[in-house]
Amino acid sequence: MPLYGTALLAGCHLTGILLGELLGRALGVQANVGGVGIAMLLLIAVRFHGHKHGWLQVKSEEGVNYWAALYIPVVIAMAMQQNVVKALSGGPMVLLTAIATVTACAGCVSFINRREVMAADEAPKN
Amino acid sequence: MNTLLQKLAVDNGLILSFAIVGLVVFCSGFLSRKLTFGRVQGSAIAILIGLTLAYVGGRMTGGSKGLADLTFFSGLALMGGNMLRDFAIVATAFEVQPTEAKRAGWIGAIALLIGTFLPFIIGVSIAYAFGYRDAISLTTIGAGTVTYIVGPVTGAAIGASSEVITLSIAVGVFKAILVMVTTPMLAKFMRLKTPRSAMVFGGLAGTVSGVSAGLAATDRSLVPYGALVATFHTGLGCLLAPSLLYFIVRALV
Repeated sequence: MPLYGTALLAGCHLTGILLGELLGRALGVQANVGGVGIAMLLLIAVRFHGHKHGWLQVKSEEGVNYWAALYIPVVIAMAMQQNVVKALSGGPMVLLTAIATVTACAGCVSFINRREVMAADEAPKN
Repeated sequence: MNTLLQKLAVDNGLILSFAIVGLVVFCSGFLSRKLTFGRVQGSAIAILIGLTLAYVGGRMTGGSKGLADLTFFSGLALMGGNMLRDFAIVATAFEVQPTEAKRAGWIGAIALLIGTFLPFIIGVSIAYAFGYRDAISLTTIGAGTVTYIVGPVTGAAIGASSEVITLSIAVGVFKAILVMVTTPMLAKFMRLKTPRSAMVFGGLAGTVSGVSAGLAATDRSLVPYGALVATFHTGLGCLLAPSLLYFIVRALV
């Protein structure tokens, strides 16, 4: 039943968020530390376990895959409610800071990822 | 008639949002094929349309939630809110190959650290150039450059003025929007192709919203890898900015 998959997803989601909150408290931070990331790791582990022991059925997986497929529509809805007016009206300092940061980070990403290709070429193929 | 439609829209907010977003996605797919011959991804166009509508909504209402501030479209706040966004992000983890994620885990963590320090340093430097001299304001603006949540959390923790906190949110929001829009254009330059490269990107670009939308508009299959790392960004920033980074700035000025 697809609902089992969705319920499993919800369980991982809530557990992850809870652990993230607890981690935040333990570190003395007023924020959730990686709750969503922890939930993702949990779901990966659950799926691995389910496949290995054969209790995860294809029908149940549909209940997760549907939500994964809704990801892009949800992100578009998210874009529709960004505070674009404020972001654009922040004055030159805001614009300059954001542009400089994105440029620098893109450069960094490019630098690190270009090294991956080189490393892959040098490594023996298996 | 108008009140009837209004009532229908408010009572069925989430359902209406599905229909609206579906329409936007359909139009974007059409534009992508006919106008750009598939060179610009449909979802990239959809996100641009979304941001434009958010601008229009913000201008019309003077509110902070874009199109969702119009009563008629208030359901968008639920569909695009943090709850469903995070739920959908977690669901994408189902597509992750554990071996790929494990292999790139360490480089993702390094990218995460650079992605916290680098924006902070740039934010503090530019704020300094614009005349800010006190450690509290400098740290808050630098923190806002990491993500728009780190800014106000840090500002509140170290006692920044509300004007500076607002500024730090503006920097973070603009950065997130910039990442959404520019990622598909810069994808080739950043070599965004493999799961590993997406994890590096997720760590460095920060902001879950920016990364999730940017990757969605570039290559849907890379989304879970980038998001996996990016979701630690705000937590790490909230951990480092009001403590270590603040002490460093205070020692320097």
